[in-house]
Amino acid sequence: MHGKGLRGLSVATIVVLVGAFAVAAFYAPLDADQGFRQKIFYLHVPLAIVALVGFIVGGLLAIQHLRTREPIWDLRSYVAIHISLILGVAVLVTGAIWAKTSWGVWWLWDEPTLVSFLIVFLLYGTYTPMRFAIEDRERQARYASVFAITAGAFVPICFGAVRAQPQEVHPQTFGSGELPGPMWLTFLLCLAGMALLFYTLYRFEIATKLARGRLRSLRRQLLDDAPVQRRSAAPII
Amino acid sequence: MTTAIELADLGRAYGERVALAGVSLTLPAGSTLVVFGPNGAGKSTLLRILATLLRPTTGTVRVLGGELPREAWKVRGRVGLLGHEPMLYRELSARENLRYHARLHGVAAERVDELLDAVGLGARAGDPISTYSRGMVQRAAAARAVLHDPELLLLDEPRANLDPAAAEALEPLLTGTTERPRTRVVTSHDPAGGLAEADVALGLRDGRPVLLGPAADVTVEQIGALYR
Amino acid sequence: MSVLAALLRKELRLELRTFESVPGMVLFSLTIFVVFHFGLDRASVEGDLAAGILVVTLLFAGMLGLNRLYVADEEQGGFDGFLLAPVDRTWLFVAKAIALFAYLVALEIVMVPAFALLLLEPGLGQALPELALVLALTNAGFAIIAALVGAIAVRTRARDLLGPLIALPLLVPVVIAAAGLLEPLLRETGAGGLDAKWLAILGLYDLVFGLLSVAVFDPLLED
Repeated sequence: MHGKGLRGLSVATIVVLVGAFAVAAFYAPLDADQGFRQKIFYLHVPLAIVALVGFIVGGLLAIQHLRTREPIWDLRSYVAIHISLILGVAVLVTGAIWAKTSWGVWWLWDEPTLVSFLIVFLLYGTYTPMRFAIEDRERQARYASVFAITAGAFVPICFGAVRAQPQEVHPQTFGSGELPGPMWLTFLLCLAGMALLFYTLYRFEIATKLARGRLRSLRRQLLDDAPVQRRSAAPII
Repeated sequence: MTTAIELADLGRAYGERVALAGVSLTLPAGSTLVVFGPNGAGKSTLLRILATLLRPTTGTVRVLGGELPREAWKVRGRVGLLGHEPMLYRELSARENLRYHARLHGVAAERVDELLDAVGLGARAGDPISTYSRGMVQRAAAARAVLHDPELLLLDEPRANLDPAAAEALEPLLTGTTERPRTRVVTSHDPAGGLAEADVALGLRDGRPVLLGPAADVTVEQIGALYR
Repeated sequence: MSVLAALLRKELRLELRTFESVPGMVLFSLTIFVVFHFGLDRASVEGDLAAGILVVTLLFAGMLGLNRLYVADEEQGGFDGFLLAPVDRTWLFVAKAIALFAYLVALEIVMVPAFALLLLEPGLGQALPELALVLALTNAGFAIIAALVGAIAVRTRARDLLGPLIALPLLVPVVIAAAGLLEPLLRETGAGGLDAKWLAILGLYDLVFGLLSVAVFDPLLED
C-alpha cells in the first residue's frame, strides 16, 4: 500500500548512480589544470543543485499545505527539506574536499556558490529545532509551512546577493564558461542520478512515516494500545 | 436568525490529548447556556472555539449563522469574550486599553467613557492597569468584552475576583437590554447560582458532555456529581 | 488604515511607557563598539572595516529588538484581543514592522554619532544624506524580517534563541548590501558614491520579503 514501486525505483537509482560515477571516473576527460581531483565536481555540484531544488520544492509543498490544510502536504514538505538537509551536509563536505585538494584550504570564501549554500544551510538548520519547539501539531505544521515558504524564496535571493560581490581572481570551476561535450554529458548523468537518489529517499521516508502512522492508528483502534506520544519535530499522520 | 449556536459532534484535540469531544447542542438566540465542570473539563476550550480563537478538529460549529472556521470573518466583531486573561496591557490605562479596542472594532470613543463609568472605574480610568486590584481588572475586562455590543457574549467565570456588590453591578451590562437580550455562554462552578440564570445547562467532564438539557430538567445534585 | 493607526499608537505608547526596547538596544550597541575597539585593537576604523562594524552592530542590536517585539502581546493576552477584532490580521505585521523601523531610527540617532566619536576616522558629514538612505533601506529589511520571524519565534520555547537563529541567515543579503553601500561612504580618502548594484539588491530584498511576509503572515496568528 505504501511504498509501491519503491523496489523498482531503488534499482533504477542504483543503476543510474553507479553508471554515472563510472562514467565520471573513467570516461570523462581529465581537467587540464586540476587533473583527477576535479572530478569531485561531478559529485558536489549535482548534490548542490538537487539539494537547492529540494529546498524550493519544500516551499512549494508548504504553499499547498497552507492552502488545503491537509497534513499530508506538511509531511511532504518536511521530508523534502529533511532530505535536502542531509544532502546539504554532503554538499558542504564535498565542497571542503574540493577546496582542500584544489586550493589547499578547507574553505573558500571566494566561491560564491559554496558560501551561499552555507548560508542557506544555516537557515534550514533551524527548521527542525523550530518544529521541535512547537508542541501543538497543527500549529507546528502551519509555522513550518510559513518558514518553508520564506526560506524557499530566500534561496535565489541569497545566491544573487552573494554572487554580486566582487570576486577575487580565483577561477570558478562551477558556473564558468563552457564545458566540453563529454563533460556536459557526464555532468547531466550525475545530475540525473542525484535527482533519482533524492526522489527515492523522499518516497522511502514518506512511505515509512505513513506506514508507521497507520500502524499506530490501527493499534489504537484494535488493541486500545496508544503509545504515549513524545514531542517530535516530524509530522505525525 | 433564531439559533445562535449549533454544535454537531464538536471536538478539539491537541495531538493525542483530547480536550473536547462529542459536544452537540443548539442554543436559541437570546438564551443563556451555562457550562459546568471541574477544571480541565474543556470549558475554556469550548469558549475559545465559540470565540473563533481556536479551530475545532472534528465536528461542525455554527455561530451566529457563520460556520467556523471557514466563515469566522463573518462572526468576529459580533462575539465578546471575557476569559481568564483580561486582554489588557498592564502599562496602559483602562481608558487607553479600551480606546484601542474601540478603534479596532470601529466603536465611538464616547462609549469607552460611558462604559468605564458604568462599571465604576470612571475615577481610575486614567491609571495603568498594573495599579488596579483584581476586582478592578475584572471590571475593566468586562467593559472591554461588551464594548462593541456583541450579540453573543462568552463569559469564563465572570464573577471571579468580584465581591457580590460589584458582581451585581456588572449584571445588567452582561445581560443586554430587554429588546435585544444577549445570547450568553457562561462557565460556572456554582451549581445553584449557575442553574438559576441558565436556560440550558451543559456539564462537561474530561472533555465529554455528560449532562445536557434545559435548566429546568437539571438538578443541583447532578451538577455536583460532575466533580466527583 | 485606522486599524494601523490604532495598532501603532498602542505600540509606541507602550514603548514610551516601558522603554523595553530602545534603551537596551542603544546601550548594547555602545558596548559593542567598546568591545570592537578592544577586540580589534584599533583606535579608529574606516572604509570597509567601519562599514562592517556599523552594520554588524546594527544587526545585533536589531536582534534585541526582535526578541522584545511581540513579548508584551504574548504575555498580556494582546494577541487574543487583536484576534477577536473584525480586522485584517496583516495590519499587525505592518504595525510591528513600522514600530521596529522607528526603534532602529531612534537607535541610529544615538548610535551613529557615537560611532563617529568613538571609532570612525573620517567625519560623518561627508556623506550624510547617502548614509541616511542606506540606513533607511537597511532598517526596512531588518524590520520586515524581524516582524515576521518574531511572530514565529514568540510562541515557541527558547524564543530568544530561535528568533535570531532564524533571522540572521535571512538577513545576510542585507548585511552584504549594506556593508557594500557603506564602505565608500566611510572612506578616509573622501566619500565615494552609492553603488547602484547594491542599492538595487537591497531595494529588491525589501520589496520581495515585504510582499512575501504580508502573504504568509496570517496563518501565524490563527490560534
